[in-house]
Amino acid sequence: MTTQQVDSGLVPYQILNAEGKLVGEPPDLSSERMLALYRYMQLGRAFSNKIIALQRQGRATTFGSLVGQEATAVGLAAPLQPQDWLATSYREIASLIVKGVPLSTLVYSFRGMTPADWPAESRCLPYQIVIGTQMLHAVGLGMAAKITGDPVVSVGVCGDGATSEGDFNEALNFAGVFQAPVVLVVQNNGWAISVPRRKQSAATSFASRGVGFGLPAHLVDGNDILAVYDVMSKAVEHARTGQGPALIETLTYRIGAHTTADDPTRYRDPVEVEAWQRKDPIARFQRFLLERDLLNEAGIEKMLADIEIEINQAVEVAENTPDMAPDSFFDYMSAELTPRLREQRADLLRHAREK
Amino acid sequence: MQMTMIEAINSALALELERDTRVVLFGEDIGTNGGVFRVTEHLQEKFGETRVFDTPLAESGIIGTAIGMAVYGLRPVAEIQFAGFLYLCINQLVSQAARMRYRSAGAFTCPLVVRAPYGGGVRTPEMHSDSLEGVFLQTPGLKVVIPSNPYDAKGLLASAVADPDPVLFLENIKLYRSFRQETPEEHYTIPLGRAKLVQEGTDVSIFAYGAMVNVALEGAKKAQQEAGTSCEVIDLRTVWPLDEEAIISSVEKTGRAVVVHESPRAGGIGAEITAIINEKCLYSLLKPVGRVTGYDTPFPVPGVEDYYLPTPGKVLAALREVMEP
Repeated sequence: MTTQQVDSGLVPYQILNAEGKLVGEPPDLSSERMLALYRYMQLGRAFSNKIIALQRQGRATTFGSLVGQEATAVGLAAPLQPQDWLATSYREIASLIVKGVPLSTLVYSFRGMTPADWPAESRCLPYQIVIGTQMLHAVGLGMAAKITGDPVVSVGVCGDGATSEGDFNEALNFAGVFQAPVVLVVQNNGWAISVPRRKQSAATSFASRGVGFGLPAHLVDGNDILAVYDVMSKAVEHARTGQGPALIETLTYRIGAHTTADDPTRYRDPVEVEAWQRKDPIARFQRFLLERDLLNEAGIEKMLADIEIEINQAVEVAENTPDMAPDSFFDYMSAELTPRLREQRADLLRHAREK
Repeated sequence: MQMTMIEAINSALALELERDTRVVLFGEDIGTNGGVFRVTEHLQEKFGETRVFDTPLAESGIIGTAIGMAVYGLRPVAEIQFAGFLYLCINQLVSQAARMRYRSAGAFTCPLVVRAPYGGGVRTPEMHSDSLEGVFLQTPGLKVVIPSNPYDAKGLLASAVADPDPVLFLENIKLYRSFRQETPEEHYTIPLGRAKLVQEGTDVSIFAYGAMVNVALEGAKKAQQEAGTSCEVIDLRTVWPLDEEAIISSVEKTGRAVVVHESPRAGGIGAEITAIINEKCLYSLLKPVGRVTGYDTPFPVPGVEDYYLPTPGKVLAALREVMEP
């Protein structure tokens, strides 16, 4: 049994095949916009690799690679407008970048600090740690938009493992019952740490779960940026115009380890990884752009060099940002500190000086 | 106007819906049915299905979506049908709602109220009577409010809705209709985090909340009649964070303390009060602190629940012990 199963009745939507050839009608995107999507994918991959390198040097804490999943991460966030909300897991860092969370803010967070400048206006919730939990937050944000009558859409993203959680299923149900303007995305990367997708569900697709909850659902090639973008932008505008929620499953693959603390050689056949590397989302889109003369080798080199500079600058900013104060975790736990907490804070500071 | 606690809470919710269009009410059976206890009766008729609505039967879903609504800028007031079902939404309440401000360094806040009926003595089925407030003492960022009478319930609920952070508002089932009290029809607030001196006394301080305030008062009356003991009774009203100042100043005056609650004893509100007394005013203490609480057992089935709950007699026994010379 392979780790990727596709319902025979549900064929993954594809616009660019693994060779970068058009097999469907591409979305109406300008050349600039397509290049911007390509750049975000490269930026996401380079950023992910950079944080892993920093972790190896003791300059970052545990981090989950997003390599291989750039098309989904970028494609799900790119169609969103500034007023739209995004609730992600820790895997969709590229989505946060697209939606306007600064690189330096993210680097600082991977230093093991809480960024003081998490941009509320990005409307990205802090990336979620508890699996599946954020899907309900996304639905609640959508319900609020509907209650207030705002033309605002909310997007929730989780992985294949999260589909086994109660919160995921409750989220689909609430989205359907309240017809909330929300798009729920399952980024099916084949693995939940060491547990393969087939052990999460006997169903052959997660998209098919939409039927049970009364939601329109779509199965998409998650390594095809044009397909993900196309399906997402339609679902988002569908939701925005009061036509209700949608469930989207993107088929992709976690090329890297679960996190820097994980060793996938313990549980995964390298042959499977190699097969998915041949479906690489960046290489595929790059071939398409090169063939259309929207990009050339020199342009790619220049872009990668610029990205490296951009990331290094962000790392520099984050590393030059002072550590959080020792007593900082008393900040923001509630609007006001009780006398008891003020006392505890003073106690901490006394001992921080004493060592 | 004379109101039961149900009527006082209903009145508070109606006023909040009227005063602030951001306020929305939801939960299981709270719409057409007006709640299984009728706390939200007629509110859907008055304010419409957009602002007062039934949800699917999913507690984590209720709190999880309430978080999204609160972050968006609404003021959600969610009902969990019985506090015993709060375990189903612990992650959403504890790790998510109570930590939103902290996790985002203040970029996002979570001003929501979770109302839930709790408490024993009314022969509800299993899992419907548990008192869970002790569970939430280790939930930074969450306030826990438990009123003991209609007047306080209305004023405290108004404050809970206005609070910029999440509040768990626990309503004692036995108190819902047990008595009426003069309660203003208009809006007023009672500050969170402040205890109320219910009865002044000089010999011993009794700390209680919810339905146990009346139990404490009855026990105090017996001790007064039996031995002339002068009991000071303090209604905590907000059980987390505790009003430490009120606790300390009372114990410094009386030198003795008894705590009364129906939740289990281990690691509970009484244990925390005892620790506060030990840390802040041990040398005022003439005798060890007495604890009259539920037992460290499951809340029992209805047939034997009366043996589990604190009674005036149990309070009297504790008072006798702390008053021994």
